[in-house]
Amino acid sequence: MEAITLAVVSAGLSQPSSTRLLADRLAEAVADRLTRAGREVRIEHVELRELAHPIADNLVTGFPGEPLPHAIDTVTGADAVIAVSPIFSASYSGLFKSFFDVLEQGALAGKPALLGATGGTARHSLALDHALRPLFAYLRAAVVPSAVFAASEDWASAEQNGLRLHIDRAADELVAVLLQQPARLRRPDAFADVVPFEQQLAALRLP
Amino acid sequence: MQFGILTVGDVTPDPTTGRTPSERERIKAMVAIAEKAEEVGLDVFATGEHHNPPFVPSSPTTMLGWIAARTERIILSTSTTLITTNDPVKIAEDFAMLQHLADGRVDVMLGRGNTGPVYPWFGKDIRDGISLAVENYALLRRLWREDVVDWEGRFRTPLQSFTSTPRPLDGVPPFVWHGSIRSPEIAEQAAYYGDGFFHNNIFWPKDHTERMIDLYRTRYAHYGHGTPEQAIVGLGGQVFMRRNSKDAVREFRPYFDNAPVYGHGPSLEEFTAQTPLTVGTPEQVIEKTLSFRDYAGDYQRQLFLVDHAGLPLKTVLEQIDLLGEEVVPVLRHEFAKNRPADVPDAPTHASLLSAAEVTAQAEPAQS
Repeated sequence: MEAITLAVVSAGLSQPSSTRLLADRLAEAVADRLTRAGREVRIEHVELRELAHPIADNLVTGFPGEPLPHAIDTVTGADAVIAVSPIFSASYSGLFKSFFDVLEQGALAGKPALLGATGGTARHSLALDHALRPLFAYLRAAVVPSAVFAASEDWASAEQNGLRLHIDRAADELVAVLLQQPARLRRPDAFADVVPFEQQLAALRLP
Repeated sequence: MQFGILTVGDVTPDPTTGRTPSERERIKAMVAIAEKAEEVGLDVFATGEHHNPPFVPSSPTTMLGWIAARTERIILSTSTTLITTNDPVKIAEDFAMLQHLADGRVDVMLGRGNTGPVYPWFGKDIRDGISLAVENYALLRRLWREDVVDWEGRFRTPLQSFTSTPRPLDGVPPFVWHGSIRSPEIAEQAAYYGDGFFHNNIFWPKDHTERMIDLYRTRYAHYGHGTPEQAIVGLGGQVFMRRNSKDAVREFRPYFDNAPVYGHGPSLEEFTAQTPLTVGTPEQVIEKTLSFRDYAGDYQRQLFLVDHAGLPLKTVLEQIDLLGEEVVPVLRHEFAKNRPADVPDAPTHASLLSAAEVTAQAEPAQS
């Protein structure tokens, strides 16, 4: 069986970043479960901080410059996406949004996705459901029910406050989707699957 | 192979002086650019079409008619004519009229436009963009090829017993190029009809241009018009030249950095590495342009954008002098090398007329 690829998109800005830390924990939890289920897993990291300039350039010019195409292909070609953003001003960071803004329309349609976010305190946690989830609903990604928020304090006491529990539950949900998936979703390729011209004409014919 | 100039027709302040030309100045500058292109031996002048400031060319055939009267040889074309929001009847009439005035020195490049509000301003819906291009062009073809047309479609009021006048010169419609940056449907449309396909080749990295052209060539052969290598391909490109590469970069950088389309984004160096933009010596422009053949195959038309981003007319005319005197003669020579004999030139009025006469002779007259 083919390896399952996980694209892990992380929009943390500091180094080391707690956003990346949460992304790693989510990716490991998912990978462990898939490995135990006998599946090979490939994890591909997309660190948006390193792509900040090409992402801004793409917004200006309308096309992705190097090395952005590789990151875009990684995300659109993966079997699942784990996407984690810091919460800034009550929402995902601008960099996080900008990356998803430069994807082609429909690029994530049907893609299994697990969402995560980080913030200073748990007061920001609903941004997951009020900001990230609607974004991915618009992108028509198949987002699993549990999303994971990690506040600074969670890193001190993961056992007691349930961060581990939340990671495990979200990982279980994504793995369940991935193991049920009969085959990789194939996105239609506008070039390979070009609509024959007679069909374009026929679609316009009056009844 | 044909070489020429395409202009967008933007009125942009010169970032080095802050001076903005008047609309009149810009319009006259476009005419001067066309005349210079003919003077230095280029083959084509093409103007854009826009319906919003800061662009001036809203009436391309008016401008091209004026240029036709002031030139002898150069082919007059567009880059592009909006097949979506213009009435195809008016396109048929305007370009047939221009054909007669210009003695056939006319072709047309159709495009969908890139300015959203133009659709509602002209009573159309941008979501119908592709469908408008398909239906309007199907009608345009009939108007040029059939003397009397009965027609009913989705987007335009029906026609009964309609004759578009004047009829195309010598009964030969202008050759049509379909321009598209990123829509496979348009490459497919061009292939279906055996028309030309033009990629602006300016704002996209070359691998994307390559996919569009590959699709067009493959489908051109699929529809029985010839081999993939015989399909009619045109490319854009943009250049800025000085004798010394460093001078070119130094002089062009403020224009690049403030250009309306890509300014304040990637650096000049990044953009030249990733797109066909060449800023340097005529030799560097020759080298880069010849490399287009590596991904586009042997092609028929190369148009250069040289008058954008607020460059003053004097500088633009110097660019065209360099193209005519140093770049294009070498490109003609080099592109001719190893070019298979069965790869055709871009169709012209003369070539289309003689092809039509051959066909007419081969088919015995109906009794």
